[in-house]
Amino acid sequence: MNAETPKPTKSEGLKASESESPSSKLVQFSADEPLELDSGAKLGPWQIAYETYGTLNTDKSNTVLVCHALTGDQYVASTNPVTGKPGWWSLMVGPGKPIDTNHYFVICANVLGGCLGTTGPATVNPATGNAYGLDLPVVTIRDMVRAQARLVDHLGIDTLFAVIGGSMGGMQALQWAASYPERVFASIPIAAAARHTSQNIAFHEVGRQAIMADPNWRSGNYIQEDVRPTKGLAVARMAAHVTYMSDESLHQKFGRNLQDRDNLTFGFDADFQIESYLRHQGMTFVDRFDANSYLYVTRAMDYFDLTEEFNGSLANAFKGTDTRFCIMSFTSDWLFPTSESRSVVKALNAAAANVSFVEIDSDRGHDSFLLNVPEMFETISGFLTGAARARGIPAPGEKT
Amino acid sequence: MNLAPRQNRPGEVRGDHKVVASLVPHGARVLDIGSEDGALLDLLVKERQVDGRGIELSQMGVNRCVARGLSVIQGDADTDLSDYPDHAFDVVILSQTLQATRAPKEVMSELLRIGKQVVVSIPNFAHWRNRMQLLFKGRMPVTKYLPFEWYDTPNIHFCSLRDFVDLCRELDADVEKAIALSAMGNEIPVSAPWWVWNIVAEQAVFLLKR
Repeated sequence: MNAETPKPTKSEGLKASESESPSSKLVQFSADEPLELDSGAKLGPWQIAYETYGTLNTDKSNTVLVCHALTGDQYVASTNPVTGKPGWWSLMVGPGKPIDTNHYFVICANVLGGCLGTTGPATVNPATGNAYGLDLPVVTIRDMVRAQARLVDHLGIDTLFAVIGGSMGGMQALQWAASYPERVFASIPIAAAARHTSQNIAFHEVGRQAIMADPNWRSGNYIQEDVRPTKGLAVARMAAHVTYMSDESLHQKFGRNLQDRDNLTFGFDADFQIESYLRHQGMTFVDRFDANSYLYVTRAMDYFDLTEEFNGSLANAFKGTDTRFCIMSFTSDWLFPTSESRSVVKALNAAAANVSFVEIDSDRGHDSFLLNVPEMFETISGFLTGAARARGIPAPGEKT
Repeated sequence: MNLAPRQNRPGEVRGDHKVVASLVPHGARVLDIGSEDGALLDLLVKERQVDGRGIELSQMGVNRCVARGLSVIQGDADTDLSDYPDHAFDVVILSQTLQATRAPKEVMSELLRIGKQVVVSIPNFAHWRNRMQLLFKGRMPVTKYLPFEWYDTPNIHFCSLRDFVDLCRELDADVEKAIALSAMGNEIPVSAPWWVWNIVAEQAVFLLKR
């Protein structure tokens, strides 16, 4: 944890290079191959940045698509070029890990609207020569999934063995199963929901307003004006970060402990460790994320409502599906509580779908899916092994 | 749920599971209610190649089932069966669980609605050992097979085999097969009239259809 170091107010923010020409793999689609969006807009040219791990087998049946969460990226199991940190799900994905790259071919793409190489608000708008900013059409979870499907097409893969993700990644896993049931053998939404609740939207709105209240936001045109709304984005991150943790985990980690001092200062410095921790979280976040991307991606989550998309019945989204589902929630997750997962399970039962549902006992809140939670790993590993057997591909531990 | 004591050693297939499995057609779409640790479902998937799913009350049991590659959800036979559409499964199995449900008749009726065939196994409360305990000791029966005291038993709706057959009749369900079992789950290989089984059998497996 960082000590309280007042960050220079003029942070550079995210470097433009990674959003334009990422260090990862990249597919570019021309203006003649546009992406048709839920808003009715056509986006083109556009590009999608992705990473792959492991080897595609000869009958192309072992692909696992990993979908990242709000501020995640395609570097699921390799070093992030911006932060220099290990992949965000290195505990889950890799050789010998639950998503075993010795057996599965793993794809992870930066989401549409993101800022690490896939077209987003920081991408240069060919019509103006400047970053899109708010001229980028609003995108949805379904649009993100459409973009991924185009990537999967491009890679010549017909069916995905599994689609997995936590939080917003879980929304994509559900959307995949609803939009392309015949292309998804197994879907694993973790700590997710079939819709964003009013409370979820409320927290996102707080974050967006923090960004837009920053004078450096400049109505979204900060890149042209060479400033960055880092303060607003940092506050958005701080507020959001609290929602990813449980009261219990905050209490255990920080309690009311003071930061590098023995007494209260009777001022507004970060007296408490939790304050210092949050400030640090906010400050480091602005170096790896674009403020407008934060607006777009949170908006996509807010708009997500699979029930609405299928005329008020979530069961309709999965009618006749052959996809196997593994739904997972965590006991202390109050942002995407178990009740939301349960309503997905209920709908899947109404569709007589093949579904597993596991609630994992963890006191670490919504973020549990990113952490070292052995029971989660065992479950995913077991579920994938069972699914691999059903799919007729060698599971980890079985001969290839 | 684990309401009847485990009779077998680890790795050994339980006798009543073998009998239940013998009633399930190959490749059937199966719902196993009360999956416990997944032993029966695993047997069905491996030996009958079923498309199997399970419901289990305890979250720990569910997690263990999913970790061994079975499709199981946490749920309650009393409340969660209404989610499923009519005839969603070829076979629905309720193994050693009916006596622990709050509303056995409603549960039975749901089973018959969602399954084209229903397999139910129940302990027989009218077994002679139980009768003896009531008759001579004047106490609620506690046996090796049903080891709970009256005050802590999860089994709140015991019945005799005869009672169960009556319920089936009331629900308009045909008993296609009935197999009497010993406490160990072994089939009692003699054919006998109902009233004999109702004394001799410690448990029974029924194949029903409506």
